[in-house]
Amino acid sequence: MAEPPIIQLAAVNKWYGQFHVLKDIDLEVAKGERIVICGPSGSGKSTLIRCINRLEEHQQGKIVVDGIELTNDVKQIEAIRREVGMVFQSFNLFPHLTVLENLTLAPIWVKKLPKQEAEELAMAYLNRVQIPEQAAKYPGQLSGGQQQRVAIARALCMNPKIMLFDEPTSALDPEMIKEVLDVMVELAGSGMTMLCVTHEMGFARTVANQVIFMDKGEIVERSPPEEFFSRPKSERTKLFLSQILHH
Amino acid sequence: MPVDFHVPLPDRTAPLAAGGILGWMRVNLFNSPLNSLLSVVLLYVIGWAGWRIADWAIFSAVWAHVAPEVCKENPDQGACWAFIAEKYRLILFGRYPFDEQWRPLLAMFVLIAAIAFSCDRRFWRAWLGAVWLGALGLFGFLMWGGVLGMSFVETNLWGGLPLTLILSVVGIVVAFPFSILLALGRRSHMPAMRAVCVTYIELIRGVPLISLLFMASFMLPLFLPTGMKFNALLRAQVAIVMFTAAYLAEVIRGGLQSIPKGQYEAASAIGLGYWQSMRKIVLPQAIRAVIPPIVNTFIGMFKDTSLVAIVSLTDLLLATRQAIADPNWRAFFVEGYIFIALIYFVFCFFMSRYSQHLEIQLRSGSRR
Repeated sequence: MAEPPIIQLAAVNKWYGQFHVLKDIDLEVAKGERIVICGPSGSGKSTLIRCINRLEEHQQGKIVVDGIELTNDVKQIEAIRREVGMVFQSFNLFPHLTVLENLTLAPIWVKKLPKQEAEELAMAYLNRVQIPEQAAKYPGQLSGGQQQRVAIARALCMNPKIMLFDEPTSALDPEMIKEVLDVMVELAGSGMTMLCVTHEMGFARTVANQVIFMDKGEIVERSPPEEFFSRPKSERTKLFLSQILHH
Repeated sequence: MPVDFHVPLPDRTAPLAAGGILGWMRVNLFNSPLNSLLSVVLLYVIGWAGWRIADWAIFSAVWAHVAPEVCKENPDQGACWAFIAEKYRLILFGRYPFDEQWRPLLAMFVLIAAIAFSCDRRFWRAWLGAVWLGALGLFGFLMWGGVLGMSFVETNLWGGLPLTLILSVVGIVVAFPFSILLALGRRSHMPAMRAVCVTYIELIRGVPLISLLFMASFMLPLFLPTGMKFNALLRAQVAIVMFTAAYLAEVIRGGLQSIPKGQYEAASAIGLGYWQSMRKIVLPQAIRAVIPPIVNTFIGMFKDTSLVAIVSLTDLLLATRQAIADPNWRAFFVEGYIFIALIYFVFCFFMSRYSQHLEIQLRSGSRR
């Protein structure tokens, strides 16, 4: 008997006002799975992963993360957020804190680690994303690629079981995309469960177990990358792929 | 095949601006015939006015502590600083018992020391609150007395600069945290909380401070059970705190609105709760963004404390008016007002400079 899925969405629906942004989403993610979600803008892919750590509230259906169901109970939401790390398109580092303080904040205040222990942990993760020399600087003094690597390290400092990436390379200059993707590839190799909204199809090909294509709030297609890219089932997927791959 | 490597050009220094005072004047004051004419005329007016003021205030002034008649017979018609020499104790300390005035003097220095201490960012720790409790306790101990051989002095005898300072300092220290709660409440998702805060802010901000002082002094006692007395100074202090907090809450709300949504989301995503993310992420950035209008509010409030005169508290301004009321010296009211204007200015200028210093210090770290 296999382990129960670490993320489970059943018949999830969400509206922004009258706009139906997520339609009957069913999704199960097993532990250690790496899923890339792509689709045109406005298709609901960011909203989908933001529902998983309750940055957005769903109105119908059921979301269970690591055995905890997402409800309005603040305690449960906080418990889930301790297990789910998130990386944003615009980094969202705290500009008034140094890199090291950005990393140690949650371990000290949420996990109540002693300061020294939190700093050792933070330095270990800065080493892992290969910028330990930037620890004392402020985010505004770093390049976009460095900031995004700090953001990944900040999420990892909470020792999450799941990592959510919301278009992590979309705001970066072309020369900096690779350094961020390298960190994500390394992370995938360590067995982390990852959900990644991205249009980096090379990354999807090498790292993902499954690629999901979304359009107009629905999951149109879900398949392993080799199948997804060579034999897409839906016409809509074919059109999307032809548009993002042929330029 | 030879590989063509790009060799970057070396950096060169920027061209020098025309240096020196003369160069600056040529560029800024005399760069066209019209500007030259305006510059000459303005320099003449400024020089003339400056000389007249300096002559009145310094060179032709009477500096010695002499009788008022000597001033009136001064052939140069300069300022009569003898008035200040005669009355400065009344102006600075009001009707506080004359022989005990070392106590308000010392109490004032306690407050100023506490302010100076709080200006250093290294001391912004939890124990600073204890320092302030100690300083305010010491202030009250010195002013009231009644122990250790010091005679008891009622608050209705307190006056002058110590009164102005304690009203302002307590106003700032209490109104600031109160206003943060009001601003957070106004942005709260809880409708009842929001309604209470909005009502409070709009109501208090919508009436003049004078009417609040009147209400606190004359109407509040009507609603209290007979015999229950509320100290007049405390009533005025409460009115000032309430008024300042309402203004400040809107300033801080402005700061809160300047924080991008991503900061709240990132704080939530790493697991911080509401109060933690406010304290560690949102408020430090929000308050930093609105330091100039916060200090603006403080400066306004410091000068507004002079309105307590209408509820018979002898603050710096009323004490000065009492000094001027002396028929022998009535002619020299200008000197009296200039004297306290300078006192007000010193404190306001300090606040202004400190806020600039703080902005630069806080900005140095986080460049976006």
